[in-house]
Amino acid sequence: MNRQFFLSMSLAFAAVSAQAVEVDLKPALMTLKKVGPEGRGNAEAAGAWQTISKADAQSIPVLLAAMDDANDLAVNWLRAAVDTIVDRELKAGGKLPTDALRAFLGGTRHHPRARRLAFELIARVEPVEADKLVPTFADDPSVELRRDAVQRLLDTADKTLAAEDKAGATKGFRAALNAARDEAQIKKAAAELRKLGQEVDLPRHFGFLMEWKIVGPFDNAKLVGFDAVYPPEKSVNLAIELDGKSGKVRWSDYATKDDYGTVDFNKPFGDHKGVTAYAYTEFNATGARPAELRLGCKNGWKIWFNGQLIFGRDEYHRGSRLDQYRFPIELKAGKNTILVKACQNEEVKDWTKEWQFQLRVCDATGTAILAKDRPAARASSATKTTAQK
Amino acid sequence: MKKLLSISLLVAATVALPAADWLQFRGPNGNGIASETSAPTKLTEQSVAWKIALPGRGLSSAIVVDDRVFLTASSGVEQDRLHVICFSAKDGTKLWERQFWATGRTMTHQKTAGAAPTPCSDGHRLFCIFSSNDVVCLDLDGNVLWLRGLGRDYPNASNSLGMASSPVIVGDTLVCQVENDSESFAIGLAATTGANRWKLDRPKMANWTSPLVLSGTNTNASALVVLQSGKGLSAIEPRTGKEVWYYTDGAATIPSSTFAGGVFYAASKGITALRPSAGEPHPEQLWQSGQLSPATASPIVIGGKIFTLNAAGILSCADVKDGKRLWQLRLTGPFSGSPVAVGAHLYLVNEKGLVQAVNTAAPEGELASALDLKETMLATPSVANGAIYVRSDKTLWKLGGK
Repeated sequence: MNRQFFLSMSLAFAAVSAQAVEVDLKPALMTLKKVGPEGRGNAEAAGAWQTISKADAQSIPVLLAAMDDANDLAVNWLRAAVDTIVDRELKAGGKLPTDALRAFLGGTRHHPRARRLAFELIARVEPVEADKLVPTFADDPSVELRRDAVQRLLDTADKTLAAEDKAGATKGFRAALNAARDEAQIKKAAAELRKLGQEVDLPRHFGFLMEWKIVGPFDNAKLVGFDAVYPPEKSVNLAIELDGKSGKVRWSDYATKDDYGTVDFNKPFGDHKGVTAYAYTEFNATGARPAELRLGCKNGWKIWFNGQLIFGRDEYHRGSRLDQYRFPIELKAGKNTILVKACQNEEVKDWTKEWQFQLRVCDATGTAILAKDRPAARASSATKTTAQK
Repeated sequence: MKKLLSISLLVAATVALPAADWLQFRGPNGNGIASETSAPTKLTEQSVAWKIALPGRGLSSAIVVDDRVFLTASSGVEQDRLHVICFSAKDGTKLWERQFWATGRTMTHQKTAGAAPTPCSDGHRLFCIFSSNDVVCLDLDGNVLWLRGLGRDYPNASNSLGMASSPVIVGDTLVCQVENDSESFAIGLAATTGANRWKLDRPKMANWTSPLVLSGTNTNASALVVLQSGKGLSAIEPRTGKEVWYYTDGAATIPSSTFAGGVFYAASKGITALRPSAGEPHPEQLWQSGQLSPATASPIVIGGKIFTLNAAGILSCADVKDGKRLWQLRLTGPFSGSPVAVGAHLYLVNEKGLVQAVNTAAPEGELASALDLKETMLATPSVANGAIYVRSDKTLWKLGGK
C-alpha cells in the first residue's frame, strides 16, 4: 500500500465524516445563515454559534463550504467559529484536517474568502507545503491568493532583471501584469515594462471606460444640484440643447487619455465651483453576464445603469481611489447605457478643485470586461499622446 | 540587588491610587483620568514590563478588564481584515484572537486605519467598532454574541477619510456616532442582541469625536450621553435617544470634550465651560476661552485645572473656575492621541512614539520624564493596575505595573 492509497482512503474517510458533521450542524448552520439587516437573527445566531464552535476540527471544511451561500454577516459568524475551533484544537495538541483543507482550496467555485482562510490554516500548520502552492494561484478567483502568486512573479522578474536578462525580465513582468489585479502590483509591472521599452495599455488592463459624451455645467450652488433632476436624468438625448447654469449647453465628445481613465470636467468646462455635469457612454457587451461597475470619485455623484439609478453619494473631497465604490450589475448582450453625474461643491481651498471620476467594468476579481467595439490596443500615454479612435 | 534597587526606585517613583479597569476610550469616565492604581513617573527603558508584536495597523487604545488587555487592529491591502485580540496583562501572552472581514467601506486616509475607534466593555462583554462601521460583540473569552454591519445596513454611512468615533456602553445600550458628510446618524444598540433601540439623524458633516457619558445630571439620576458635532452638543438619554439638553454654538469635530465636577468643558470656540442643570434645555455658559483651543488631542481636567494641547505641542494649563491661562509648557509634539492622567501626572504620547510624563503639580508644569519608543503612535494611552499601555501599528507596550 502506497502513500497515494493512504491519501485516497483518508480523503474518503474525511468525506464521510464531513457528511456526518454536515448533518449534525445543519440546523445550527441554517439558523446562523438567517442573520440579516439591523441585527435580525442575532439572538438565535448566538445560540447556533455556540453549537457550531464546539464542533471538532473535522468540521472545518464543512463550515468553510457553508460560507458559499452565506451573506457577509453569516460568513463572519462562520469565520469566528473556525478560528475558535482551530485555536482549541491546536492548543490541545490536535491536528487540522489539512488534506481536506487542500481539497477545499482546490475547489475554485468556493467562496474566495473561505478558500483564503483554508490556505492560511494550511500555512499555519504546514508552512512549507503551503508555500509550494503559491505559484498555482496566479489565475485564482481569490484576489488575495492571486496577489501572493503575482508577488512571486514580480520578485522573480526583479531578479532576472538584476541578472541583466532583459528578455527574461520582460517576459516575467508581462506575466505578472497579465495576472495582476492588485493596483500596486499592476503599477509595478507596468512601470518595469515601460522602462524596458514595452507598450502597456493600462486602461485596457483595468477596463476603464475612456470615451464619453459630456454635458454641463448645471447648478449646484448650496449643493442643490445633487437632488435636482436635470434633463439627462429623465432621458439622454445627445442631439438637443439644454439649459445649463449660465446658458444653453450641448453634449460634446470627451476622450480621456489618462492611464487611470480619469474623466476631468475641469478640462472642458474650466475650474467651476457649485456646478454639476453629466457623462454618458454606451457599453457594447459581447454577451449577457454578471459584472461590476467600479467607480472612483471625490465629488458628489450618482450613477445610472441602463436607465436605473444604481447609487448616489453626497460626500465631497474626502478622497478618491481605484475601485472606491463597487456595484454588481447584469450586463445584457449588446448596448448597455451608463450615465454618471458628478457634482462640485463651492469650497475654494486648493484641495477642493478636482471635479472628476474614473469608472471601469470588470468581474468580481477585478478582471477587465471589455466592450466588443473597444479598440484592439492603445499605446501607453507614457510613449504616445495621440487620442484613441 | 541591582534589580531590587530598580524595583525600589520604581515603587518610589509612582503615584499610588486604588485600582480599576480601563473599559473605554479615555478610561472609566471617558475623561482620561485613571481612578485607580499607580503609574511610573520616571519613565526609562526599565519601565517596559513587556511588549508584543501586533498584526496590521491600528490607532485604537487598549482596554483592560481584570487581568486581560483587549485591542483591535486591521490588516490587509484593503484594510478589510478586522482583528480583536486578547492578551494577558501579566506577560503579554496572546490568549485569543478573532478575525472578521469588513462588510462596509474600508477606505481611509493613509494616516489612519480601519482600527481607529477604541472598543468598550461593560466588564462582561466587549464591543468593538471599526472604520468600516462593523460592530462586533464578544464575550471576554472571544465567543461571538452578535455582529452588526452598520455600513451594510446604511450604505451611505461612511467617510472616505475614515471613521474614528469610539462607542460607549451605558446600562444595556451601546451608543455609536456614525457621523459623516452623507448618511449621518447616532444609534443606540441593545447590548444583548445588537438590535436598534433608536437611530437619530445627525448633522451631515464629517465627525471623529466620541460620545461622552455624564453621570448624575439627569432628572431621574440616570446617565446622559453627550453627542458632539460641528453644530454643537446634544445630551440624550441613552436608552431612548431622547434629547434632554442641547447647545448650538458649534463644536470641534476632532477633539472630544470632557466633563468634571458637574461642568462640561466643550471643545467649542477654544474651550467653553457649560453647566447643565436638571430640567433645563440649555446648559449655563460659565466661561469661554479661545486661548485654550485644542488641536487633535481632547482636553483633560485634573486638580481644578484644565489642560489642552495645541498643534505646536504646547500644553496649556488654565483654571477651571474662569478659564484663565496659568502656564504653558512646550512639549515635543505633534500629538494625535489625547493625554491621560494618574494623580497629578499627565501621560502624553507624540506621533513619533515619545511618551512624556508631565508633573502638573509643579508651579509651571514640569516634564518629569520621557521614553522614546521610536514607533509612530497615534493612539491615546490606557492605564490599569499601575501600568500604562501604549500602542503603535506594530507593537503594544506595557509600561510599569505588576
